Amino acid sequence: MAAYLLRRVGYGFLTVLGVLFLLFVLFFAVTNPDDIARKAVGERARPEVYAQWKINHGYDKPLFLNRDFAGSDARRYTDTLLAEHYRRMLTFDFGRSDADDSSIAKRLWDGAGPSLTLTVPLFALGLVAGIALALFVAFFRETYIDRAVLVLCMLTMSVASLLYIIAGQYLIGMLLKWFPISGFDPNPAIAARFLALPVLVGVISGLGADVRFLRTVFIEEMSRDYVRTARAKGCGDARVMVRHVLRNALIPILTNVVVQIPFLFTGALLLESFFGIPGLGALTVEAIQGNDFSTLRTMVYLGALLFIIGQILTDISYALADPRVRLS
Amino acid sequence: MHWVSNAIVVLLAAGAVWVARYAARDRFWRENAAQLWRRRRLAIVVVAVYVFIALLDSISWIDPASEANALTSGRPRTIIDRIFRPETFKEASYSAPLARVAFYGGQPLAHPGAHLLGTDLLGRDVVYRTLKGARVALLIGGLTSLVVIPIALLFGVSAGYWGRRIDDAVFFAMTVLASVPSLLLLIALIMVLGKGTVQVCVALGVTGWVHFCRIARGETLKLREADFVAAARALGVSDVGIIRRHILPNIAHLIIITFALSFTALVLSETILSYLGIGLEGSWGQMIDQARNELSRTPIIWWNLAGASIALFTLVLAVNVIADAMRDIIDPRTRREER
Repeated sequence: MAAYLLRRVGYGFLTVLGVLFLLFVLFFAVTNPDDIARKAVGERARPEVYAQWKINHGYDKPLFLNRDFAGSDARRYTDTLLAEHYRRMLTFDFGRSDADDSSIAKRLWDGAGPSLTLTVPLFALGLVAGIALALFVAFFRETYIDRAVLVLCMLTMSVASLLYIIAGQYLIGMLLKWFPISGFDPNPAIAARFLALPVLVGVISGLGADVRFLRTVFIEEMSRDYVRTARAKGCGDARVMVRHVLRNALIPILTNVVVQIPFLFTGALLLESFFGIPGLGALTVEAIQGNDFSTLRTMVYLGALLFIIGQILTDISYALADPRVRLS
Repeated sequence: MHWVSNAIVVLLAAGAVWVARYAARDRFWRENAAQLWRRRRLAIVVVAVYVFIALLDSISWIDPASEANALTSGRPRTIIDRIFRPETFKEASYSAPLARVAFYGGQPLAHPGAHLLGTDLLGRDVVYRTLKGARVALLIGGLTSLVVIPIALLFGVSAGYWGRRIDDAVFFAMTVLASVPSLLLLIALIMVLGKGTVQVCVALGVTGWVHFCRIARGETLKLREADFVAAARALGVSDVGIIRRHILPNIAHLIIITFALSFTALVLSETILSYLGIGLEGSWGQMIDQARNELSRTPIIWWNLAGASIALFTLVLAVNVIADAMRDIIDPRTRREER
């Protein structure tokens, strides 16, 4: 197990290095740092301002090779943007935003809270609703109930998420006036009112795909021998579904769910920006609209890092939950 | 630029004829296609209509009639443009569907009742814009995938077939690309490459490539050990011959299903890009994005949103339905479960 763990984490780290290289190519080699600087300080800024901005934001070095140093000097390779990029990202020193000079680390810290207050209920409710509905449908498989829900899932899957948000805000927020259309408050009691609508919209927009996936998992479990055994010894239908099918199906569900957990931190891009929740998703949207490359770069890096961690956690939980999995 | 789009239409038509002739020779494809047609006739017709509209909007040329109008002179006009003649629209702003009286801005309408779904803020016909969106949607979902699939197959199949170093390299590249959440990667690519049709398609291709590659690699790994591949190798068939005759035909169905699913994902994710301001010009996503604030006007402007979202929903639903039926027909494992 220890060797497996070590190898898995080692490969994960290698992947992080690969992602960082990809980001370097995209954000430093393809986009010219000069262009970023020019966009930030304006076309007509004096050369000193422009040079100072590049120094402040760490864009003032050569990309791969620093020719200021002699061939034998190690700084020829370490005093470059590439080395600097790796050093800063790996030590979580994200520097300052290209758009407004604020500290990125602080903005991330401030945004994580509101993001979590949206994504955690969204994730939990979505999971519970999906499992409940899928169990129900699997129980009534091959009947009209099953067919109707499957058609409904297909219909809801074909609607763009943007439309769910627009429809939710219009119908529930504007016409019915059940909940405020958008806004946020750090006080949880008030925030709950603001969060109700985005959570509802998010759960509904994701439900179709979840139910279809979970239904196939449950139906696959229901054809197993142990279900027949349980029935033969006189278990009731409900007990078979919850005690036997659901419990055994939790392994494939778990592996599918664990990978999503790290993403709760990065927030929901569209929901946050539409419903005025000052989280990390809204921060990303702001960065896109404001040409804020350093913030965007950091968000992409964090997203990838969390995904890789999620994958490692999934593999470990899989190995723990299912002793048959080969650790080779 | 209009000859590029014309050339693509010709290439696509030639490709479609070649695929149809190839599929007609093979019993597997002939029977499955017939079964698909029997089961999901309506969805196939719907997709065919969208493709037809997109093709009509891709063929364009310049002629004396275009030169006569100042708005269109020197510009190629597509067949859709020639049918709708947008240069003759005289509305300056909103007009309700089939409007008979002026209601917006107090100006009398130049063409009351002429617009089936009314006009948008700038007086453009909504039906016309919706139909034009079909081409953009198929460009995002279809053409991007068609360009990316051969590249993904090349990498995926060679990684699965030869293994070792090639596999290590391809697998690492796939892991790295798949580690970045696809929407964030897409946004980063577009931000870096710049906005524009080609750039957005390249970005979509880079992110979508991994999906096809992973499936090609996985299936090739399995097929490499199959008896018929061993038999072909024993008979002295070359590696390239084995890949061409035995491996590619056996992963084609999976690639087609993945294509259909990635198509819907691409078209849907374009709406998010449009909201972020980095979508494609003239897409349904852009129409929806522009229309989202019009719901709070009085009288309420619903037709922009309705036109784009119904067109988008119908296309995505039809492709989803077809993909689902294909999976049922081809993959016997799910067939046993569902029936």
